[in-house]
Amino acid sequence: MGDILDLARRYRDEGADELVFYDITASPDERTVDRSWVNRVAEVLDIPFCVAGGIRSVEAAETVLNLGADKVSINTPALENPELIEQLAARFGSQCVVVGIDSSAEAGDYLVYQYTGDPEKSRSSQRRTTDWVQEVQERGAGEIVLNCMNQDGVRQGYDIDQLALVREICRVPLIASGGAGEMQHFLQVFEKARVDGALAATVFHSAAIAIPDLKRFLLTHDVVLRPPEQG
Amino acid sequence: MASPVVIASGGANLASLCFALERLGYDAPVTEDADTIRSASHVILPGVGAARDAMVRLDRAGLTDVVRSLQQPVLGICLGMQLLFTGSDEDAAMCLGLIPGTARRFRDGPDAPVPHMGWNQLQIATESPLLAGIDDGAWAYFIHSYALPIGRYTCAETTYEHTFSSAVQHENFYGTQFHPERSANIGRRILANFLNL
Repeated sequence: MGDILDLARRYRDEGADELVFYDITASPDERTVDRSWVNRVAEVLDIPFCVAGGIRSVEAAETVLNLGADKVSINTPALENPELIEQLAARFGSQCVVVGIDSSAEAGDYLVYQYTGDPEKSRSSQRRTTDWVQEVQERGAGEIVLNCMNQDGVRQGYDIDQLALVREICRVPLIASGGAGEMQHFLQVFEKARVDGALAATVFHSAAIAIPDLKRFLLTHDVVLRPPEQG
Repeated sequence: MASPVVIASGGANLASLCFALERLGYDAPVTEDADTIRSASHVILPGVGAARDAMVRLDRAGLTDVVRSLQQPVLGICLGMQLLFTGSDEDAAMCLGLIPGTARRFRDGPDAPVPHMGWNQLQIATESPLLAGIDDGAWAYFIHSYALPIGRYTCAETTYEHTFSSAVQHENFYGTQFHPERSANIGRRILANFLNL
């Protein structure tokens, strides 16, 4: 707990524009999940944040939003029960509803994966990524985080081809995820895939890239963003 | 001493606003009680969700005329700002009618996804104590699908798909289309400006 509050403060002070928290304490029974940490994060943050992981119901989303999160992100639960997207959008508005998509390049196409939190269970959902991107928008998703699995963790750069393809059909904010290793990768994904945001974890946690440095780098290359001095 | 209050408008996310006020040293109750609201030093009208639902909630709580009659500084945030106006195209809602104007939906397009969600810049249009110390080009956090056109009450404007009112003032009624409680130091300054009115 102390760790995530320290991280929240650190990224807030470094000028991060938004934070995503992956809650890995998933449980089939929402009543047994302790989400009080969301409230403590809300207390220290003055930038928006999103909670992902284990949100399978309107009640679970409501708990997290009432505790101060700005958005919830759903991934596998949306694949299991696509109507959950409509229910969340109707209850809280599309702007609160992020759909995370784990996508993998296979046989000349892109396929959606599910249960990716557990390497033992991770498997293809048989859905094409582009179909699913269309469907979640029709159902009311307000933002899509596209995690390109082939790139994830290898720090070779975002999957520009895939993100650019999805950008063509994505009318809600699109966030790139998976593959950031150096500052140049962020520049590429903004310039070539025209995404609305770039998400990264490892390079920031490890301090391989400092957010103020990254923002200054992007500003010198004419990417329009909130300068680090305004943090 | 009278303190600021937050109107319990039923939106999900009041925690972040209350924490932002706490960081400024204010313990602002969240209330639907008309007397508490009338006697407050400052009144904040937040809002998340749809315009018509929010108006129905205000009506049910008997607060529509209470808010209209307030003489102390009032700050509408996001949907709360839209509620101060005549109406919204969202479900053809009639709002409080304190400021003339109608909120319209953004047209979505490949370069302007809707909702408008994220950080964007404020261009100062007219001087207002709400924006004291805020520079032209300051960044604030937005999350909305409807917006108010530019009018004589516009104090700051922002461009996304088209140029819209991002901060307004008419007499004692103030509004920000962005979320000051989520706009880092800029938002903190704007909230402090409001509470110092």
